[in-house]
Amino acid sequence: MSRAVEQSNRAMLRARDAMDRAYAEPLDIPALARIALVSEAHFIRTFRATFGETPHRYLQRRRVERAMSMLVETGRDVTDICFAVGFSSLGSFSRTFRQIVGESPSEYRSRRSAGDATVPSCFTKAWTRPSSFG
Amino acid sequence: MTMNAITRSQLYVLDQDEALDFYVGKLGFEVNTDQDLGFMRWLTVNVPGDPQREVLLEKPGPPALDPATAEQVRELLTKGAIGGWLSITTDDAHKTYEDLVAKGVDITDEPTERPYGIDFGIRDPFGNRIRIGQMFPRA
Repeated sequence: MSRAVEQSNRAMLRARDAMDRAYAEPLDIPALARIALVSEAHFIRTFRATFGETPHRYLQRRRVERAMSMLVETGRDVTDICFAVGFSSLGSFSRTFRQIVGESPSEYRSRRSAGDATVPSCFTKAWTRPSSFG
Repeated sequence: MTMNAITRSQLYVLDQDEALDFYVGKLGFEVNTDQDLGFMRWLTVNVPGDPQREVLLEKPGPPALDPATAEQVRELLTKGAIGGWLSITTDDAHKTYEDLVAKGVDITDEPTERPYGIDFGIRDPFGNRIRIGQMFPRA
């Protein structure tokens, strides 16, 4: 029983890691389901049960987290960053960013300054990824 | 009071033989101590040439943990939420990355230049996070 949960958890984590790694590529549910060794429908359901959100939402937060970092740490323009993190239109990027972060990409950039601290990026990744858990 | 160094730290693993395959066989760590103490298998590894800093690869279970708690630990570990983490330095992040990809290690982050260096992320077979970085000299 518990063994099955552990195997399922680890497989879901492997799929989530694949999204983290290839965040700029289109969401490929069939490929992720293959990594997790389950059917597509089962994958989305199980991912949500494991991590508390859908794969789509997780990937959105991963991309927005990357965009937040690039806005602060680089001088690249917003459109450039939008495509670099995997959004296919500026409209959907701006909408998603505002919905998740609560302000526009340029507002976010102007409010933050680079170089607050030097922490390993896995922590930045996990802790600056905007929450969808309230 | 003066403290000198962190010499031992701990990661939970689900299987100590599989942990050895990964940490020694794939990452190239050295076995520091592998001893059956009767009540537990004391298994520590270290980065080659740095035996002063050991990582204990501990299997969660009774009697240290009751069975239900051990099960919770295993569930959190396998979903990447137990908190186990190592940060390791390398002279050449890209080369180390290529080596580990060739060995089939799970990659969580491609090598990327950051303000502090070039680093990438991997996952151990159980769910622990490992960061490997070629660090820039600190200002």
